[in-house]
Amino acid sequence: MSPLAKLLEAALFASSAPISRESLAALDSDVTDDEVAGALTELRTQYDESGHGVELIETGGGWQILTRAEYTDAIERAQLASRPARLSAAALETLAIIAYRQPIGRAEVEEIRGVNCGAILKSLHERALIEVTGRAEGMGRPLMYGTTPAFLEQLAIRHLDELPRADELAVALRPAAED
Amino acid sequence: MDRLGESAFLVQVGEFSGPLDLLLTLIRDEQIDIYDIPVARIAEQFLIRIKTLGLDDAADYLEMAARLIRIKAQMLLPRREGEEGWDDPRAELVRRLLEYQQVREVVDVLDRLSEDRRGKFARGYMPQQFTSPAPAAAPLALSLPELFAAVDRVLRLARKPTIHDVVPRALDVEGAIAIVRDILALRQSCRWRDLVSSGSQPWEILSVLLALLEMAKSGEVKLRQDRAFTEVEINGEPASEAA
Repeated sequence: MSPLAKLLEAALFASSAPISRESLAALDSDVTDDEVAGALTELRTQYDESGHGVELIETGGGWQILTRAEYTDAIERAQLASRPARLSAAALETLAIIAYRQPIGRAEVEEIRGVNCGAILKSLHERALIEVTGRAEGMGRPLMYGTTPAFLEQLAIRHLDELPRADELAVALRPAAED
Repeated sequence: MDRLGESAFLVQVGEFSGPLDLLLTLIRDEQIDIYDIPVARIAEQFLIRIKTLGLDDAADYLEMAARLIRIKAQMLLPRREGEEGWDDPRAELVRRLLEYQQVREVVDVLDRLSEDRRGKFARGYMPQQFTSPAPAAAPLALSLPELFAAVDRVLRLARKPTIHDVVPRALDVEGAIAIVRDILALRQSCRWRDLVSSGSQPWEILSVLLALLEMAKSGEVKLRQDRAFTEVEINGEPASEAA
């Protein structure tokens, strides 16, 4: 491995949270962004191809070394770590709507889900999966919500556009009159 | 009133995440074309289900029930043959159901992604805490020579340890009492030095001391010492001698 890849590996190992590309580049003032990108690819390839128990993944929050999925059960059995609580259906629905329609106010989320969403929005906000991005114009100037990097991290994706596009979903929004 | 409180909880933990979820499930179970919903039948089913699920107090479900009944009524209104521009009263409901169905599809994607992520641990993984924990103290930085120096300082300060030999049941107070009685039977009084010699073992000395204290307590002997550190004089009590 190149010296830069080793430096990045050490930094990623030392941190339990994802490290942003900027922070990784700041480890060595002499390297360019391209060199950092190259070294990250080198490190990831190293993990993937020479058989490591960990993998390097990129999420919205940055880069992170994680254990591979096949060892989850053994690690949990040994009580070395345990999976965080699973998100409820209500939480996932609310997150799905916000991810696709952000910025979106509470009333619109409730209109789509057909239920009151005050408590679930509060809980998602406390868990930093959504944030207030501003206030809408108009009556009452309602709070508008958007997803956070922690949301991307929760899914281990880099960008929202890694989610299926609305028109790729099986059910297209077509007017009933065309039937 | 109790029932109201219970069912309010059921809404939170029920198997359906809302009235649209329940409605979609009914449509799927009955294998109904979503674009041609038999509203009368679905409305009836919906009311039965929310009653059995104890959801008939929940505002969200009641609102949907009312909506279905309204659509059912609108469907019953007579319309002229071949009338143009008839608005299907179900159109809005169908739009919402399709929209919600799309949300459910995204939920499946999110669920799969978050399940995958949940099964991977970062180094030093800690269960997610929503209250901010107190900042941890920085790890102690200490070199080996520093550690040795510290140990050395502590050892210098410490006194030389006193090591005790613990001998079980070493004292023989009974025996010592017998000896004191024997001596006092021969002489009216005796001295400490008559009872212990310089060659006596510590356990012998202690046994004699305890024997004397015991006998003095019971009134068998009288102990006298003129001044501190002078010889102790032991006098047999005439009363006990008589006994």
